[in-house]
Order: sequence, then C-alpha cells, then structure tokens
Amino acid sequence: MLELIGHTFMQRALLAGTLVGILCAVVGVYVVLNGLSFMGAGIGHASFGGVALGFLLGINPLLTAVVFCLGTAWGVGLVTRKTSLREDTAIGIFFACTMALGILFLGLMPGYGVDLFGYLFGSILAVTRQDLWLALLLTPAVLAVVALFYKELLFVSFDPEMARVAGLPVDRLHSLLLVLVALTVVGAIKIVGIVLVSALIVAPAAAARQLTEDFHRMMWLAPSIGAASTLAGLLLSCWLDTASGATIVLVATAFFAVAAALRRGILPTG
Amino acid sequence: MGVIVELDRVTVAYRTVTVLEDVSLKVSRGNFLAVIGPNGAGKTTLLKVILGLVRPVEGTVRVFGRDPRDLGAERRAIGYVPQTATVDRHFPLRVADVVMMGRYRRIGLVRRPSAADREAARRAMERTGVAHLANSPLGRLSGGQRQRVFLARALACEPELLILDEPAAGVDVPATESLYELLRDLHKDGLTTLLVSHDVGVVAAFVDGVVCLNRRLVAHGRPEEVLGSEELAQMYGCAAVFFHHGRAPHMVVARDECWS
Repeated sequence: MLELIGHTFMQRALLAGTLVGILCAVVGVYVVLNGLSFMGAGIGHASFGGVALGFLLGINPLLTAVVFCLGTAWGVGLVTRKTSLREDTAIGIFFACTMALGILFLGLMPGYGVDLFGYLFGSILAVTRQDLWLALLLTPAVLAVVALFYKELLFVSFDPEMARVAGLPVDRLHSLLLVLVALTVVGAIKIVGIVLVSALIVAPAAAARQLTEDFHRMMWLAPSIGAASTLAGLLLSCWLDTASGATIVLVATAFFAVAAALRRGILPTG
Repeated sequence: MGVIVELDRVTVAYRTVTVLEDVSLKVSRGNFLAVIGPNGAGKTTLLKVILGLVRPVEGTVRVFGRDPRDLGAERRAIGYVPQTATVDRHFPLRVADVVMMGRYRRIGLVRRPSAADREAARRAMERTGVAHLANSPLGRLSGGQRQRVFLARALACEPELLILDEPAAGVDVPATESLYELLRDLHKDGLTTLLVSHDVGVVAAFVDGVVCLNRRLVAHGRPEEVLGSEELAQMYGCAAVFFHHGRAPHMVVARDECWS
C-alpha cells in the first residue's frame, strides 16, 4: 500500500478526496438539518443527464453537470411553488427525468463512453489534474460562502419564518444553499460517483448530529468525519482492491452506525 | 401615546378563502392587547399581516407609520414569539445560540456577534429567567422553558413592540400563569404587547384590552366589557357564562358541542 501512496495518481486522489470529503460534510450539515436529503439525492442524480450531455457535445461533462444540477434545484422550487404538489413529488419527477435524459443522450452517442463508469460510480484512476484543481478551487470557495453567511444560513435552517420577520432574505438564502449543494455534487462526482454522492453529503453530517447537540461543534465534527471517510475509504479500496466510491460511502456509513450506537449507549445524555 | 400598529379595513384571502374581513384595529404605545377567538378565526393571519408576512387584498396596514413589508431598520423594534409548535425542537442548538438569533438583525449580514450583542442576549435570558440554561440544548427544555427562551430571543433585539402567537401552547398551567406574569411585568416596564390566544379566561386577567376576532372583528374593549358581551357569546355560538375567580374572569361554556 505504501508503494501506492508514492504514485502521483494516488496522491492526487487522496488530496482531492479529503477536500471533497470536507466540502460534502459541511454542506451536508445544512442538508441534514433542513431535511433536504432527498433534494441532495435528486440534484446528485440530475448530474447524470448533464454528464451524458457533456460527452455527447464533446465538452467538459462537469460543466454541463453544473447546469443540470442548478436547473433541477431551480425547477423543483418552481414546480413546488406553482403547483400544490409537495417538494418530494417534484424531486421524484426531476430525478427520473434527468436520469432518462442521460440514458437518451448516451443512446445518441456512437459507441458509448467507457469513461462514464468513472462518473457513475467514482474512480480514483479517473481523478485527473483538472479534477484536483476543481476540488482545490471549489472547496475553499464554498467554505468561504458558508463562513460568510454562517449565522444567516443557521437562522434560515432553524426558523425560516422568524428569519423572515427579522428581515433576512430567506428565499435567496435558500436558493444559495441549493446552489452550494449543486456545486458540491459536481465537485464530488469524480471521487464517489453520481450514484453515491448524496450519501457522502448526508452520512458524515448525520453521524456528527448523533454526537452533539451543538451546531457549532457539528460544523467541526462533520467535516472531520467526512475527511476521515474519504481518506480511509480510498486507502481501503486500494488495499482491498474494491470500488473507491462504494468503499468511501460504506466507511462513512460505518461512522454513522458507530455514532448512533454511541449516542444510545455510552453517551446517554448526548 | 403614539399609534404603533394601525389596520384599516383589512381583508386577507388565501386563494378564494377569506380569512380576515374588514378588520380595523389600532395598537397604541403602552397597550397590552390580547386577540382571542376560536380556531380558524384568523388570529395568526392578523399577526402575519402586522409582521409583513402576509399582504392584505384590501385595506392598509401601518406599523411604526410604515408598510410592514417595507419596514427597513424599524424591523428591529418588533420582537416576535412564534408558535413554538412550528419550530424544530430537536435542532442542535444551545439556548444562548437561539437567543442570539434575536440580535442577528442588529448585527447585520455577514458580521459576527460582538461583546455588546452577547451582553444583550445575556440580559434577555436573565429577564425571562433562563440564564442558567444558556448552555442547555434546546431539545432538553420543558415547554415552559422553551417558551421563555423564545421570549428571550424576542427581547434580545430590544423591541418596542412584542408580538406573541399562542404563548401558552404546550405550557402547563403553573408555567402559563408565571409566563403571563412575566409578560405583565415587561408591559409595566413599557413594552407594548400584542398576543394571540384561544385561552380566553387566563389572558383576560393580565391584559388591558381584548380583541375578539372571528374572521371579522367581533368586539374590542376592556376585558371585563368584552368578556361579558353578547358578541362573544355569539362568536362562540352558544351561551358563555363568566364568573370571577379572584380578579380573573373565567369563561364557562354551557355545552361542549359549542366548541366544535
């Protein structure tokens, strides 16, 4: 395994993975506390349509993926406001529709992409220099936005009506949160894959929630668990020769299971 | 004695359902008013109109002389205690964090709380008797404690007008009495207070004015005038009898089905 760490591709994957693990978990805190887990899954899967379109058009699939993710976040909001449907119904529609579009786009391509597997399920071999740069730019950018609007995002998550009374731009902050989720999904696709990206957003934050009743502490715990999950998952996947995305997500799930057990057993008062 | 809140012939409708009709109301500086009425009478909507969350289809609303949807900096002069049932009580927050939210408007976007903000939050917690709970998680409070925390949040912005929606919901009887006593003390210190309740009897012992609402404004006056009135009996659609227990007028409804 030590030999593997000596390889550039592995160093690249470990660095990108750690950054993405931190990014997903921080955004995940808001996702979990706002009950947006299904929204996260919907936005994650929407990227499939975008990635496929990118391949079809011969442009960077992550660019088209951003468009699809943002479009889904916006579309779900629009459908929820304009119809009497609940948000989960709107997500269900967009979820299936964007996946179907992805399959359609793939069908239009002559001899379709071997690369696509890396996007769907994540692959450390598929992490390019470009992907590392994306993680290096995206993670500090998203974290800076979160730091800047830290108290506003907290207020809107906890008590949106009161936040509105206090004069906060509640709708715009909610949109901002969805944009952050969309950017995070795109940043994480190459590491854990389209299918599993929402798990990396939700699981570390859910584990952190089990361990504390303090929001600020949750904001430290979640990214620690997220980074540990991606690091341990990547190394384990190399060692055991298993799929990297799946291994990362299973490690994160194990963290959650342990945290939930701790909350019930050793820490009766949290 | 300036007028702080003024509603003039306000009508509110959600789609085709009229929730408030032709309601005119004034709240002057120093008032302690209770809006009472049965479920679905439009009480919460009335508060939302005053808070600028709901726009009337007809009529005008003025709060501190301005449209409440465009209050600007005056917004910080309103303290609001929402129905706690609407708030996620398992949100991972400590009491001091919840109370600090009352300062956010004053702190402004992006900036961090200062020592003065922490001091104001601490004073608000002391005023409502929850300072000792500052580090407790919200999820571990009783109904009465939680309500006092939300009251402290409202006071943390140092408001001139306090608005409460069903402050006694989910609070047991002894805690309700002491909560209203606290509100009365705050009022004595000069805080204009407007609250909504379906709890007719207890409220009347503390406030200096009662507004009966049942989609329309049914009656408005001093508690003893309103509670004995024909209008109130009509509003509840049955014979309501009042008797005095100590200073508090209590209402007894002749038949159970009157409430349904």
